[in-house]
Amino acid sequence: MLEKALKGSRGYGIWVALLLLLTGIGFFFYLRQLDYGLGITGMSRDVSWGLYIAQFTFLVGIAASAVMLVLPYYLHDHKAFGKITILGEFLAVSAVIMCLTFVLVDLGRLDRAMNMILHPSPKSILFWDMVVLNGYLLINIVTGWTVLESDKQGVPPPTWVKPLIYISIPWAISIHTVTAFIYSGLPGRGFWLTAIMAPRFLASAFASGPALLILFCLILKRFTRFDAGEKAIQTLAKIVAYALATSIFFVLVELFTAFYSQIPSHMNHLTYLFRGLEGHNMIANWMGVSAVTAVIALVLLIIPRTRTREPILALACCLVFLSLWIEKGLGLVITGFIPSPLETITDYIPTGPEIAITIGVWALGLLIVTVLYKIFVAVRTEK
Amino acid sequence: MAPTRRKFLQIAGIAAAGLVFPPLAKVLDSAQRPGTPTTAGLPPSVANTGSPLMAKRWAMVAIAGKCPSGCKDCIDACHRTHNVPDFGNKKDDVHWIGAEKMTHVFPAETHPRMPESIRDLSVPVFCNHCENPPCVRVCPTQATFKRADGIVMMDYHRCIGCRFCMAACPYGSRSMNYRDPRPFIPKTDPAFPTRTKGVVEKCNFCEERLAQGILPACVTACKEKALVFGDLDNPGSDVRRLLNEKYSLRRRADLGTGPQIYYIL
Repeated sequence: MLEKALKGSRGYGIWVALLLLLTGIGFFFYLRQLDYGLGITGMSRDVSWGLYIAQFTFLVGIAASAVMLVLPYYLHDHKAFGKITILGEFLAVSAVIMCLTFVLVDLGRLDRAMNMILHPSPKSILFWDMVVLNGYLLINIVTGWTVLESDKQGVPPPTWVKPLIYISIPWAISIHTVTAFIYSGLPGRGFWLTAIMAPRFLASAFASGPALLILFCLILKRFTRFDAGEKAIQTLAKIVAYALATSIFFVLVELFTAFYSQIPSHMNHLTYLFRGLEGHNMIANWMGVSAVTAVIALVLLIIPRTRTREPILALACCLVFLSLWIEKGLGLVITGFIPSPLETITDYIPTGPEIAITIGVWALGLLIVTVLYKIFVAVRTEK
Repeated sequence: MAPTRRKFLQIAGIAAAGLVFPPLAKVLDSAQRPGTPTTAGLPPSVANTGSPLMAKRWAMVAIAGKCPSGCKDCIDACHRTHNVPDFGNKKDDVHWIGAEKMTHVFPAETHPRMPESIRDLSVPVFCNHCENPPCVRVCPTQATFKRADGIVMMDYHRCIGCRFCMAACPYGSRSMNYRDPRPFIPKTDPAFPTRTKGVVEKCNFCEERLAQGILPACVTACKEKALVFGDLDNPGSDVRRLLNEKYSLRRRADLGTGPQIYYIL
């Protein structure tokens, strides 16, 4: 089926070329990073994880959200999702590839990455994250591709795919749970040391992922002959609304525990995140945007009149994506390090090369989505 | 490659243990006689003879009250001995020992009504060589590991530079080589390996010196004798004597990490 990705309209060609260019620029700066070291980024002794690991964390959520299509369709026979489950699976494939790429570009010694397999360490959560992410990637490539291939030939999917699809449901929950455990199991980082981290991750994932899927569906409807259908998109929009509400609720619960108990080691990080400490308020400004956009998006998604109007729905989905990207792809990781164990406030500002590499990995992921969706649309609309 | 090297070290360690068995018997002997002057719980005749210093559980007592303000002797000695680079900026900074304000090292144990002489103390901070080290738990390659004698060590040839250990350490004891450290080592000592860019490093309790029968560099460099090193399992050791006599603190002991640097004011 791959050949279907090779020919397309002029717009498709320009888009692919643009993504290739951005990936190439990212790769160029990555080569510079390999030469110079991670010192080329804004990371420091105090803030030792930055944009890369934050993107990884955010994208695990995007990947996990495929389950929001698979579960209603395969467990509850929600027919409207039948047309688009493969879109969810393909989005998961590209998101997991981005996750793994972000972990790799974050390594100080890429040449030794295989040490994780040569010296497996079951006590390390990172080891389990590697296992579940690679497993999830494999499951989604195999199921998505096989089901689409059967579609193309006009035959029902082989029976062995079903169990794999069922496994993918708890597996999706596992990838984000394990990723949350990377943070929530660390002593002495009060900001992350919270049992609600995994549920919070899942709630925000089930909002940001389906929001992105809605946007992709609307783009496909506008630029191709594939229409996901009003019903599927509206169900997804409701899922986004509920998940976003849950996500906001979880954040408020965190705020309550920290600010009512007033334990400094928990409170200081959140103060830094939302208000800034000692004049360091760059992240706080971003978080202000995140909070406002989340509330606006929630209102737009709850009111049926606004939710059902496509342009407004698209706007709401953009706001959800932006809000949660700021929260998880920026604030969550960095704030865990600020203030440091020795109570210093070290700002983290990503550098140009770091941002170029980050955009490069995102472009790579979008390229994979584009190609997979192109094949999908070709198969579905040729019938 | 790494497992073979580690196996070799294990065999070498066992062999060395055999060699020092007679002196070790003397240690046990001296332990039973309180009042015998000891270094690290070892009779002076054993220290510096070239036979390895061994213990069941290495620990250090830092008598912070003895630290003169602005003194960096222990830090300089450590960094010289271990080829720690000096990048001259905070972002790339690598250090094994730091000097931090008392109120930052012990935020829960200090308060504003304490005498300024205590609050303004500059306290040396090291890797705590935790009994239950979170960094070892999270390392995805076992590049960080704990030895039987309690030293938390790093295999610089196995570390992939993921920095999970830096996030896990509640003490900020670990540094990443964000750049190639070699051009920034003021004077390279060929006796200790230099590191490459992209790996994490930290205090190793001078295991390489202990293997040669010498006390840690910071301990010998301190003119005030503010740093005392020894076997916590040996009731006759200096560290045990000090802990017996004085009230001591450990950093964030509430976290259950079991830090093995004890502070006396």
